[in-house]
This record gives sequence, C-alpha cells and structure tokens, in this order.
Amino acid sequence: MSIRPRIAVLVFPGSNDDRDAAWALGALGADAQLVWHAEEALPRDTAAVVLPGGFSYGDYLRCGAIARFAPVLDSVRELAAAGGPVLGICNGFQILCEAGLLPGVLRRNRDLEFVCRDVRLRVERTDTVFTARCAPGQELTIPVKHGEGSWYADEDLYGELEAAGQLVLRYAEDCNGSVGDVAGVCNAERNVLGLMPHPEHAVDPLLGSGDGALLLAALVGAARERTLALA
Amino acid sequence: MLVRPKQGILDPQGEAVRVSLRKLGFAVGGARVGRLVDLEVEAPSSDEAKVQVERMCQALLANPLIESFEIEVEGT
Repeated sequence: MSIRPRIAVLVFPGSNDDRDAAWALGALGADAQLVWHAEEALPRDTAAVVLPGGFSYGDYLRCGAIARFAPVLDSVRELAAAGGPVLGICNGFQILCEAGLLPGVLRRNRDLEFVCRDVRLRVERTDTVFTARCAPGQELTIPVKHGEGSWYADEDLYGELEAAGQLVLRYAEDCNGSVGDVAGVCNAERNVLGLMPHPEHAVDPLLGSGDGALLLAALVGAARERTLALA
Repeated sequence: MLVRPKQGILDPQGEAVRVSLRKLGFAVGGARVGRLVDLEVEAPSSDEAKVQVERMCQALLANPLIESFEIEVEGT
C-alpha cells in the first residue's frame, strides 16, 4: 500500500500560491497540510516542507527579509538540518535565500518588468531529490510570475556553486537577468531547493504544461521514502 | 541609515529613474536608488548607537551581498 506522506505548505500573510501548491501535492499523492507562519512546530510526521509563492509580509524591506523570522522557520531549519526536503517556490525561494538556507539573493528583474509567462528551463543537475526524475539537460516548460526574481551571486560565490553542482536549473531563454541564467539553486547538502518558476502551476497538460509534476512528484516520492524510513 | 545598491551592481530602478529624468530634459548621467531608514535608538553615546545600528544593518536592514549602507547619528 502506498502511503500519503505529509508535506507542510507554509502560509505567510501575503502568500497566494499556498493552496495551488497544496492541491498539486495532493493530486500527486501527498497529504499536504497548510501551516500558518506563527506555528511553533510543524505537524507531526511532516516529511517535507514547501514554501509557496506570494508576497509574504507585503515584501516589505526586501522580498523574504521579514518572513525569515517567522516562528515556524525554526522547525523548517531543523527539518532541513536533519536531511528533510525543503522546496521554496518564488517568494519561498526569496525567503530561503534571506534565511541563509540557500546561497545568493533575488533582485529586481533586470528590465524592471513583472515577467509572467511560460519559460523553458534546462535541468542541469539530476542529483537532487527534486530533479531525480528528470534527465540531465532535459527541458521543462514551467510558468514564472515575478518582479524580483533575478538571482545574484558575485563571481567567487557563483564559481563555488557551479563547481559544487548547486546550480540545478537554468532558464533556456532570457528571462529576468539572473546571473548565469540561474533559475534554481540547491544547498550544499542538496536537500533544499529554491526556484523562481512555479511547478505547482504546471501539473496538468490541460493548463499548458505538466512538467512541474516531474519536480513535485519527485518531492512527494522523497517524502514518502523519508516517512517509511522514519517509521 | 542609508542603504544603497553596491557599486558595480546593476540597479534597474535607478536606471529607470535616469531614463525618465532624461526624457524630462534633465542632463542626468546616472541614478542609483536606495532606501532611507530613520531609527530612534536609545544608547548611552552616539558611538554606541552607531554600533547598534551597524548590527541592525547586518542582521536585517541591508543585504550585504548586494547592498552597502551608511549610518549617520544625530543626538537629541
């Protein structure tokens, strides 16, 4: 019998993709639970965490800068330190960078435009739990919708990340001015991934693309394995 | 305290301001847009206040990867 692993989807004031993320994870076999930012702890048996898109705390100061102090983030840090998968999508990516769980920072898009369209991505690394079901170099079509998604790292940091294989996804077309066209980055331990595109909006070909399901189903699979391993 | 995009870092906001000002006929060669944060801090001396604000900048108010900051202390 296949179990439905519990995945926490965090909800901040100003999150707006939380329910889409929970729906997509549910459709892919997870028991997705919305968790309010003020909670001190994650639900029992939480095997993975998703930080969804939106505008947490109104994007005040810098995107994600305030959300990193949310009480629930301490539990997310603990889960990540214990090897649990953590996925940050769009604003979730910004939060993970500001929280120091991921390297670099997201800046205003180079052309000052809010970019809202399907983009083609290239999977650079398949050795993360999120991209394990993709082929190396595979192209995915997944929508973006952001005004501040231009990822930045200085030359030294960029070189280190590239050498360590942490630049997991790149745009296969010009998108927002990200250094190296980077669309998704993971931590050194490879269990925390942030990306600007929205896989939760691309889980059904009826809505344009099902490619996002490749990433999210891999996350659900990893969460299931973790649940079984911890049982 | 004053937060600025670091030297050499692309500042699209400043660039948009520059282009707009030029369209209005002003001879502007460059524009950088930062952020001003006025803080009221209780401290025994202005040096101590400055140290406190420096810590605030590093902890929250500026992102050292892309922003630099300057602190000015006014006593009351």
